[in-house]
Amino acid sequence: MEGTQEIIKVIPINYYLIFCTILFCIGVLGVLVKRNALVIFMSIEMMLNSVNLLLVAFSVYRGDPSGQIFVFFVMVVAAAEVAVGLAILVMTYRTTHSIDVNLLTRLKG
Amino acid sequence: MNLYIFYGLSTIMIFSSLMVLISKRPIHSLLYLIFSFFTLAGHYILLNAQFLAVVHIIVYAGAIMVLFLFTVMLLNLNNVTEERKSRFSQITAVVAAGLLLVSLIGAMKGLKIDPAFDPASLQIGTVKNLGQVLFNQYLLPFELASVLFISAMVGTVMLGRKEINY
Repeated sequence: MEGTQEIIKVIPINYYLIFCTILFCIGVLGVLVKRNALVIFMSIEMMLNSVNLLLVAFSVYRGDPSGQIFVFFVMVVAAAEVAVGLAILVMTYRTTHSIDVNLLTRLKG
Repeated sequence: MNLYIFYGLSTIMIFSSLMVLISKRPIHSLLYLIFSFFTLAGHYILLNAQFLAVVHIIVYAGAIMVLFLFTVMLLNLNNVTEERKSRFSQITAVVAAGLLLVSLIGAMKGLKIDPAFDPASLQIGTVKNLGQVLFNQYLLPFELASVLFISAMVGTVMLGRKEINY
């Protein structure tokens, strides 16, 4: 594939580093700012995705397929995490009738 | 050409990720999130990681998004207007995230990574190549992933039951 060769020549890896850092920080901002538990989950997905993209970029630039396998496993774990997390969310909604994370402070007992 | 595609995809993705945070209703955030996932798949295709692009679309746009949509619709959250955090903690959160961004970018300033370019490994993103690596070198983690899924499924069913009587 000449396409990959050209991409490696044209786009420096630093661009991917900066882009993924920005995405990760947007995800962190979402976790810190929002009170809606659903949107917090979405922000966590964004953070995972930014790390995934960086792993793929390094894997392509270094010519090492292990990075892409790792991304595959991150996707596996993300899918399991979302399934369990949303189940917990539905449970909290049943008891508190809200998905505001501030209400979860009563878990302190 | 490729550089412009990169810029375009990156701009769209940052914009839609910001819109996830800005939009008031959860369903709008969700639609923007789906959009940003598709642009991420475009990034994977740009990097010639075909297998991961397809898996990303199937897993995220197919499975995770359906889960989110079902949650939003089952709980009828569409009209829930979210209460904002206090102004002080919002400002604190923005400052903290900005400081994280600055320190991360500062950490990679002057970083020199030379791509160890190997013409033989140009096709690492194809299904054939990744499948060989996955089923030779990473066979055990692949099998353990199924155990993880089983336990996640059992946990979800346990959590989702109506009443738990012990």
